[in-house]
Amino acid sequence: MKIIIIGCGKVGRTLAQQLSEEQHDIVMVDTQPQKLQEFSEEVDAMYLAGNGASISIQDEAGIRTADILIAVTGSDELNLLCCLIAKKVSKCHTIARVRNPIYSQEIGFIRERLGVSMSLNPELATATEIARILRFPSAIQIDTFAKGRVELLKFKLKPEFQMDGLAVSELAERFKCDILICGVQREDGVAIPRGDFVLRDNDVISIVAAPKNSAAFFKKIGLATHQVRNALIVGGGTLGYYLAKQLLYMKIKVRIVEKDKERCEELSELLPEASIINGDGTDKKLLMQSGLPSAEALITLTNIDEENIFLSLFAKEQSSAKLVTKVNRIAFDSIIEKLDLGSVVYPKYITADYILQYVRAMQNSIGSNVETLYQILDNKAEALEFYIREKGPLVDVPLMDLPLKNDLLVCCINHHGKIIIPRGHDRIQVGDTVIIVTTRKGLQDINDILRK
Amino acid sequence: MNYGVIRFVVGWTLMLEGALMVPSAAVAVIYGEDVFWDFAAAIALCIICGLLAKIKRPAKREFFAREGCVSVALSWVALSVMGSLPFLFSGAISDPIDALFETVSGFTTTGASILPEVESLPRSILFWRSFTHWIGGMGVLVFLLILLPMTGGFSMNIMKAESPGPSVSRLVPKVRTTAKILYSIYIGMTIIQVVLLVLGKMSLFDALTLTFGTAGTGGFGIRNDSVGSFSSYHQIVTTIFMILFGINFNAYYFILLGKAKAAFKIEEVRGYLAIIGVATLAIAVNIYHMYGSLAETLRHAAFQVASIITTTGYTTTDFNQWPEVSRTILVILMFIGACAGSTGGGIKVSRILILLKTVKKEIGQYLHPKNVKKIKMDGKSIEHEVVRSTNVFMMTYFLIFTGSVLLLALDGLDLITNFTAVATTLNNVGPGLELVGPMSNFSVYSGLSKFVMVFDMLAGRLELFPLLLLFCPETWKKF
Repeated sequence: MKIIIIGCGKVGRTLAQQLSEEQHDIVMVDTQPQKLQEFSEEVDAMYLAGNGASISIQDEAGIRTADILIAVTGSDELNLLCCLIAKKVSKCHTIARVRNPIYSQEIGFIRERLGVSMSLNPELATATEIARILRFPSAIQIDTFAKGRVELLKFKLKPEFQMDGLAVSELAERFKCDILICGVQREDGVAIPRGDFVLRDNDVISIVAAPKNSAAFFKKIGLATHQVRNALIVGGGTLGYYLAKQLLYMKIKVRIVEKDKERCEELSELLPEASIINGDGTDKKLLMQSGLPSAEALITLTNIDEENIFLSLFAKEQSSAKLVTKVNRIAFDSIIEKLDLGSVVYPKYITADYILQYVRAMQNSIGSNVETLYQILDNKAEALEFYIREKGPLVDVPLMDLPLKNDLLVCCINHHGKIIIPRGHDRIQVGDTVIIVTTRKGLQDINDILRK
Repeated sequence: MNYGVIRFVVGWTLMLEGALMVPSAAVAVIYGEDVFWDFAAAIALCIICGLLAKIKRPAKREFFAREGCVSVALSWVALSVMGSLPFLFSGAISDPIDALFETVSGFTTTGASILPEVESLPRSILFWRSFTHWIGGMGVLVFLLILLPMTGGFSMNIMKAESPGPSVSRLVPKVRTTAKILYSIYIGMTIIQVVLLVLGKMSLFDALTLTFGTAGTGGFGIRNDSVGSFSSYHQIVTTIFMILFGINFNAYYFILLGKAKAAFKIEEVRGYLAIIGVATLAIAVNIYHMYGSLAETLRHAAFQVASIITTTGYTTTDFNQWPEVSRTILVILMFIGACAGSTGGGIKVSRILILLKTVKKEIGQYLHPKNVKKIKMDGKSIEHEVVRSTNVFMMTYFLIFTGSVLLLALDGLDLITNFTAVATTLNNVGPGLELVGPMSNFSVYSGLSKFVMVFDMLAGRLELFPLLLLFCPETWKKF
């Protein structure tokens, strides 16, 4: 597909990188030629310097034949204007990043009347992601499939679970639970485990299961599953506000530490139920006073990555709180992973993921049929949901007889609302949705999972 | 520096060269020439060396501007060395430096020859000689990009290093697709010219070799008098196609898209056509007394102008005998060269335009010192970066030029000969004036001078910097 990306910032770059890996034709537009110049050595795309909201620039980028326009500049208004103009001359889909809460509330109108196909609020998306993690603090990351009927949970194996040395195939027998391990992350990389794969302590594993089964499983291995009761948020920016709002809605007690006095007053007006503390989040004494030792969750959302990381490291020592750390720059993710900070959220990845999902779903109508896509295991693997539209070579064949490629796993079959964690004798039928986990990126069609 | 990737690219280039020698070997079979075995040996050597170099996949994938330039420059050097093998094996040229000179002259689409006499050479060798022009015209590595699916920076950096002009413009988002389109246009135009020539009752072999030289803007002839003994119809067709191959290929893409108007609005194309028109008229007036009929005068003037400005180097008449004004105009045209993004060489019309505009701006600056003015091209402001790199290019160009003239002077020939010899090789034209004029050749020079000119030709084709990078010790350091 032909995709125009306006704004060569962090999100724009991540998107361009991912999308060009998937063989789409990318045109990047930015007002700063210098930025484009730097980036042009990394990704094979066309680069245009100019204002993306100008019709002549859009024309030059080929808006009339484009399939999608993604506006991710720093300004909401510019993004919306880009989409508006594109809509007037082209039938393309338009995606805008809109982060101002005022516009976000009116998103229905914007979508319907202004013709913006999708609008994305990175802070809101990140807040939702964090809220989901806090609902189930033992997991590092949770994604849902099949409208919430299936969960993909990531957590770390601790010695007290007594699972060290256990082969994946023995799992079902030992715990009598319908769950499936679909990915294991170790120091030496990411693996999609086969039955004879042996688990070790400190592995980070991802499991697929229906929510009630996963709850049962966690109970059996002795892992707390209740949501947190209180949360300490450091940094009261837009993201902090969205998060507090969602947490309060979940009846979680929220305390926000914010440096700026005026912002504190604003927050207390917006969030009367939360307690707002004016002070520097990096102040050790203040943190202790604010109840860090007894907090069940600490979420660090300041704008400085280093500060967030240090705060989380400090909290790890002082309390047993569930830690969520926001990191903006993704270049050093492998090092951050080693620090063992619990859940690390990268707003950039989240934003890019949402847009990628949309692009994939769009391609659906043209050729591929990916319903949902998640980057899992630190972007080293993907979980994809496919809808089986028609009879193909893999329909109605027992899974054990299918010549599947290596590095992938059929994790789940949703047969008319019934969730099947598949074993060798299960079959895929027309009308099912199937979840595949794989380290091979860029699968477009369910038939791609078969060996040629 | 990622040596692995560079080795890999050079390996692939050699394999490709082996494959590109196959048509010449086929010609040898058709004409029943023994040279076939020499070609077979050269092909085998190319493929063996290529396989050895590319057998191990590079461990690291890092590929930046530096790797791009070095692999392009090294590939061209390897290409030239291996390309001279058929000449050496067949005994057509016995001296290795002469053979290298001839091959480099071929690949860089210069067309300067050290052979005093070509008509007695085997047909397949003549074919190979002309075919090197066709390969070198659009670029071997650009062709390689079509074959090798590589990601990200790889293609962009290769394209930047190999294609001529102050900045690389893309027709479509993917470099690979851009390369495909360029080659399709190139092949398409080549076929049209061959058909037109054959329709004018030319033998297919003559038509092919003449077209290869025109398309790549090379200039190796298969007759001792270049194009002089072909009919005037063939000369006119060749004139038109030389001019066409010297136009920025973006223009053709616009025409293919149905935007012919946009194609003629490109300032560079307009400037290029205007220069051709003015130069032709000026020369025609100047040489009218030598030929008599207006048609013949115009034909000779247009052919020579087209041949020199596009840096092809075919001739229909000995322009060395022309009056000083005409000779001087031709030398100036050598420097101007064709459009960026074409197969021609020289400084390029777009650079000349940028430089002229910079001069105009500078004059304005004297009149109104606080005046702020952006240099524009095709209605768009030009990045300061492009202006700066154009200036540096010119400076480097003249440094190399002066150095080369000085080195050539060691042979004791006259200044005009040396000056035009360097101008013609650095700009990839072909013939110069006096001792290296259209009816003479470069065998008068010593080995060292030929080596200097080999360097000039490669530097001219790769636009100086990729080749200069090879001589910078810093390039080869790991850190």
